[in-house]
Amino acid sequence: MLPLADKYLRKRTLPLIFCPGCGDGTVLNVFLRAVDDLGIFKDLSLVGGIGCSGWLPTYLQSDVLHVLHGRAIPFACGLKLTDPRRKVVVFTGDGDCVGIGGNHFIHAARRNIDLTVIMINNGIYGMTGGQVAPTTPLQGRTQTSPYGNLEPPFDVCELARSAGATYVARWTAAHPVQLLKTIKEGMEHPGFSFIEVMAQCPTQAGRYIEGTSNAAELLNLLKKRSVSLEQAKETPPEEMGGKYVVGKLHHLTGKREFTQAIYDNFPQEKSR
Amino acid sequence: MTTSPRKKAAKEIIIDDQFCKGCNLCVEVCPRRVFSGSSKRSRAGYSMPQATDPGKCSVCFLCEMTCPDLAITVIEESP
Repeated sequence: MLPLADKYLRKRTLPLIFCPGCGDGTVLNVFLRAVDDLGIFKDLSLVGGIGCSGWLPTYLQSDVLHVLHGRAIPFACGLKLTDPRRKVVVFTGDGDCVGIGGNHFIHAARRNIDLTVIMINNGIYGMTGGQVAPTTPLQGRTQTSPYGNLEPPFDVCELARSAGATYVARWTAAHPVQLLKTIKEGMEHPGFSFIEVMAQCPTQAGRYIEGTSNAAELLNLLKKRSVSLEQAKETPPEEMGGKYVVGKLHHLTGKREFTQAIYDNFPQEKSR
Repeated sequence: MTTSPRKKAAKEIIIDDQFCKGCNLCVEVCPRRVFSGSSKRSRAGYSMPQATDPGKCSVCFLCEMTCPDLAITVIEESP
């Protein structure tokens, strides 16, 4: 066993529940490293929604809430407001975050509350059998769009930025080193940090949308489709179809944080 | 006289047969081609990759970080 896994995970829940080659495991792996590097394990509170990615926090030996579908962010807001010293991290999937819980997501971003939201985007509702999600690419064939998806997908990073999030970044499961740096930066950022991780789903998205269930091939596809910020400036928009920009997309410091604002407004609560 | 920096080397590369699900992502991500597929079965019955050429390892930890089942541990040789 990896020494970090031995240190932080609940041993009776192992091995992980995910399908072979799932990107969620990579995110857990990288997240353990980020927590270990920052040394904040005892302050950590994790919230997971419903979906494959919602399982991630349940493996850690920290405080964990595993809550209703789409409602991970409201629960996390409550946790953060009751004790601002907590480091609250939300693990959510694309369907959970912008499908079912889209409204909660934009309002948490608007308030700029100090949460770290790690959204794992596989472009499909994987756990329930492969239905079309708000992030399914155009023409993607799923169980509920057998003739190809006609709805344009969300650019969730753009949504977070325009809703008022102060730290927005996107990486893929094929960039673990960069993802580690971003997760550390996002957890240290005082404000709403949103990190989107594009991940492979060999069982559902791979098989039906991409036409292969080989995890290594899907990882290469993720790498091929990611465009860095510098490259994106030179690439004409018509060539960006199906690709996504990776990197730190938005970082704003100095905007007032919601928990701080609340406690400043009610100073008598601070002494409790 | 300047000496060239010490080349990093791996003391041991462990693949835990209790956790490995045989996705072969380590074979794909390793820049030095240390791993290769094999017919050895893990506890759950998946065919596991093997670190067939650990001498080539440059200890970049890419396999360890990418492994979705936390099965790989790379131990660096101490200087």
